Amino acid sequence: MARIAGVDLPRNKRIEIALTYIFGIGRITSNVILSKAKINPDLRSDALTDDQVKKIRDIINEEYKVEGPLRTEVQMNIKRLIDIGCYRGTRHKKGLPVRGQNTRNNARTRRSKRKSSPSKKK
Amino acid sequence: MARSLKKGPFIDAKLFEKIEDLNRVNQKKVVKTWARRSMIPPAFIGHTLAVHNGKKFLPVFVTENMVGHKLGEFSMTRTFRAHGGKKTDKATKVK
Repeated sequence: MARIAGVDLPRNKRIEIALTYIFGIGRITSNVILSKAKINPDLRSDALTDDQVKKIRDIINEEYKVEGPLRTEVQMNIKRLIDIGCYRGTRHKKGLPVRGQNTRNNARTRRSKRKSSPSKKK
Repeated sequence: MARSLKKGPFIDAKLFEKIEDLNRVNQKKVVKTWARRSMIPPAFIGHTLAVHNGKKFLPVFVTENMVGHKLGEFSMTRTFRAHGGKKTDKATKVK
């Protein structure tokens, strides 16, 4: 069981995929890391040797911002927008789409689940 | 599409000159402007600009964090008056 950058430990997946369970690492970064560490991306994550795990961990520690620090950075960016009172900030505050999407319909991801209205009476 | 870096940021030339003049004499005056599309350069920090929103000029005090944004982002053009009917106290509450 490999533990990298905190709590992440998916097993029995190809390591290329397993790394993407870490917040801040997607398929592309995952592949970059593996080629840097010279590890076959097809290996299963529990088949890794301790040496290889250490290599991956070192690369992530040095070059990438993941998990907690990354989350706080994102939050800080949003907070900055809210504090300066710009349009994007107010959209964040109101929980509405930030990038100019329509809100007449849909936009459910930002606006959270629909409140069920009282059913029509017949 | 993002603006080409080659051109540099778009800053309204007339407005920029006005602010530079104020900076030279170390004065602060509210400058009325329609140039919502103008980027905020560092020279604007500490000034208050009255940015037109289509109807009125809304005062925008420029802080350091605002550099790189456009003036129009700080002067809202729409008024939102709560959804839903009947309950009048809801309508009076303004977000």
